Amino acid sequence: MSATDELLNPDFPVPDELQSNIAITTIDKIYNWSRRSSMWPMMFGLACCAIEMICTAASRYDLSRFGMEVMRPSPRQSDLMIVSGTVTKKMVPQIVRLYNQMPEPKYVLSMGACATGGGPFKEGYNVVSGVDKYVPVDVYVPGCPPTPQALLFGLIAVQKKIDQQSILTVPWYQRGPSEAIPVPILGPDIIDPRQSDVIRVQAAKLATAATAVAELSGAAEA
Amino acid sequence: MTELTASPQGAATTAPDLTLDAHFPDAVQKDTRPGYSGYLVNADKLVEVATAIRDEMGYDYLSSVTGVDYMNDGKMEVVYHAYRTSGGPALALKVQTPRDNAVVPSLVSVYPGADFQEREAWDLLGIRFAGHPYLKRILMWEGFAGHPLRKDWREPYYEEDHKPFDTRWPGGDFHRSEENNPFGTNVQYPPDFSVDGWVPEAEDAIYAGAGALKESGNGHELKTDKLVVNLGPQHPSTHGVFRMVVSLNGETIDHLEPVMGYLHRNHEKIGERNTYLQNMPYTDRLDYICSMSNNHGYALAVEQLQKAKVPERAEYIRVLMVELTRICNHMWAIGFLLNDLGAFFTPALYAIKERELILDLFEATAGSRMMCNYMRFGGVYRDLPEKFKDGDTIDFLRELVNERLPRAIDDLDTYLTNNEIIRSRCIGVGVLPPDKAIAYSTAGPVLRASGVPYDVRRADPYSIYNRFDFDVAVRYNGDVYDRYLIRLDEMRQSVRICQQVVRDLPTIGGDIMSGKLQYQVRVPASEAYGRVENPKGELGYYVVSNGKANPWRYHIRAPSFINLTVLGELCKGHKVADVVGILGSIDIVLGETDR
Ligand code: SF4
Repeated sequence: MSATDELLNPDFPVPDELQSNIAITTIDKIYNWSRRSSMWPMMFGLACCAIEMICTAASRYDLSRFGMEVMRPSPRQSDLMIVSGTVTKKMVPQIVRLYNQMPEPKYVLSMGACATGGGPFKEGYNVVSGVDKYVPVDVYVPGCPPTPQALLFGLIAVQKKIDQQSILTVPWYQRGPSEAIPVPILGPDIIDPRQSDVIRVQAAKLATAATAVAELSGAAEA
Repeated sequence: MTELTASPQGAATTAPDLTLDAHFPDAVQKDTRPGYSGYLVNADKLVEVATAIRDEMGYDYLSSVTGVDYMNDGKMEVVYHAYRTSGGPALALKVQTPRDNAVVPSLVSVYPGADFQEREAWDLLGIRFAGHPYLKRILMWEGFAGHPLRKDWREPYYEEDHKPFDTRWPGGDFHRSEENNPFGTNVQYPPDFSVDGWVPEAEDAIYAGAGALKESGNGHELKTDKLVVNLGPQHPSTHGVFRMVVSLNGETIDHLEPVMGYLHRNHEKIGERNTYLQNMPYTDRLDYICSMSNNHGYALAVEQLQKAKVPERAEYIRVLMVELTRICNHMWAIGFLLNDLGAFFTPALYAIKERELILDLFEATAGSRMMCNYMRFGGVYRDLPEKFKDGDTIDFLRELVNERLPRAIDDLDTYLTNNEIIRSRCIGVGVLPPDKAIAYSTAGPVLRASGVPYDVRRADPYSIYNRFDFDVAVRYNGDVYDRYLIRLDEMRQSVRICQQVVRDLPTIGGDIMSGKLQYQVRVPASEAYGRVENPKGELGYYVVSNGKANPWRYHIRAPSFINLTVLGELCKGHKVADVVGILGSIDIVLGETDR
């Protein structure tokens, strides 16, 4: 279906003689159509997957066929964050901050096994088990690394998601500002402020367990 | 002290000096543990011995510094590998120190290239280096609890010391690691930790190192403030998640502090839990542009331990793959250097075009474009395919190495080398004199562009490189421009090697693996240091086996990481706009820098 066909979709008859002068559409359609055809990803590579992202942008796979070739190094100008690689604990505060700095509407694509769930490095002490522990993800692309074709497929999936949104219900036109995600803190290990309660409870439990063990072994020695 | 016997000249053929222990009878002993080599040095004499081997025996190049945790003996051992830039095998020095109070004198004053590596050993193993100018964590952040590579340190998702885990094999019950962690995700905290009132110290430490908060002005002139600029970790020209804290005086750089670890994904800790073979695919992800040559280095190290032989045909295929990888890497490096200099993406597009073609060959052979996981201990995983792109593979290869690649390299040369802007942005910028290049342990194109013709393929030949006719590329000015030119030279030499391989390949039949493909490799208790000339410099694998199915220590000497030691020095006094060019000319990959 060509773009004009899509625009003309809303079953409203246009007289034949006006066909070439008038197009009737809905706000949603034209709004989504323009957004999805000019998705600007953030120029932001994390690891090996970023290399495949660059290849996707290069001439052979040519991202610009889908209106996405304008990669912006600044989060303020971008619509889509492609999390292309391993998210480490040391890096995640910056990723959350970048996400917060992107203006809405914004989308997140998690590229590759690492960004999706930790991937081959999941057991690592500095690796976050998936970027979705911190920022909401719209589309996941599996692979290690996903081939450029797979990434393109994922990007088209983002476009499909955009097509389904309606200006009436999208969160960024609701009343009140949207909430920023609290930036994680680098403590003795990464601290997610949203998890403070869990951490408090579990830390207390572990502390009692530790003293119990200490007492037991003390008793055994005595 | 008596004269030491070996002289730096003509050292390429002599074995490492065997009399070191004779000259320092009370400080140095031969390492006599079976399977080990080198010398054990007393900690208090280390600096003296290091100075002697550098000045009198010609071991002017300190390649790698790392630590090993011999937990069962209650000892930490620091291992140094030094070379002569005139060639020859390594001299390994080892220093032992008690595990609970590990202190070793720092060698930064003798070999400045030890700087980052000692910081890494402090960060990951908790070995203190007395006299180090700035002993802070480098890969993790200041304030992180524990030193993760200690054998008794357990990560939050700890399951067992060794893979394969009992739960997974042969039982096959899978579960998510999150379910076993009390916090439900990959974290753990020390027992007395409280979330409230935690003040992070990581950032202050970095800025303190940048010297940024010092007063400036002498009271007579206009008082100026230094400006601190953070480049990265999210920055289009840092080649990944690398960060530089730059303190500026006007536009001139006073001090540059590289900050890394944003991609530290615990390669070594995971590697010590893995079996030997399981590490092979992880090596792909070190320098992810050159997975083939990473495989090669690791295979060599383990083959040393195993004393395995590699069949003729496999050696040829290995060399072919590795040299094609070098061409890919240098194409990429040049493309992105130009990107950084402002020629945004057009040169890179041409460079990527050739790379794609080579990647197709990798995909047809190994099954994957980037993460090839191709080499095995004692051979390669599969032979080259018969047919490729509607023709015979060998015809394709002939066309590739005899016509297409030379043409592509000439194209880059024609359009870029004499470009006015490139010349004025690159010539005389970021000059690295040869003595400094050696002292800072730089490797690969960075070292050779400074006039030091040191190439592991010639200096300490491995595989079958001594059969091929090629020159070690060298340039003499040591600036960004020469580091660009040398990559062109090296590509041409790689093409030469590939041409010889392709010429001979059809006549070399036979196996591609010696013996059967083993899944559980066991090697006798011993150590090995395998090194290859990677496109970015000398890549070394230091592997210690204790006879079990998993390596006891698995360390990587990453050229990108060590080449960065000199970055601050190179950038001093230049304009801030030159930083990205200088960094681009060093050519780093973060997967390897941070591991
Ligand atoms: S998913 Fe694989 S290719 Fe992608 S960043 Fe992780 S390890 Fe690298």
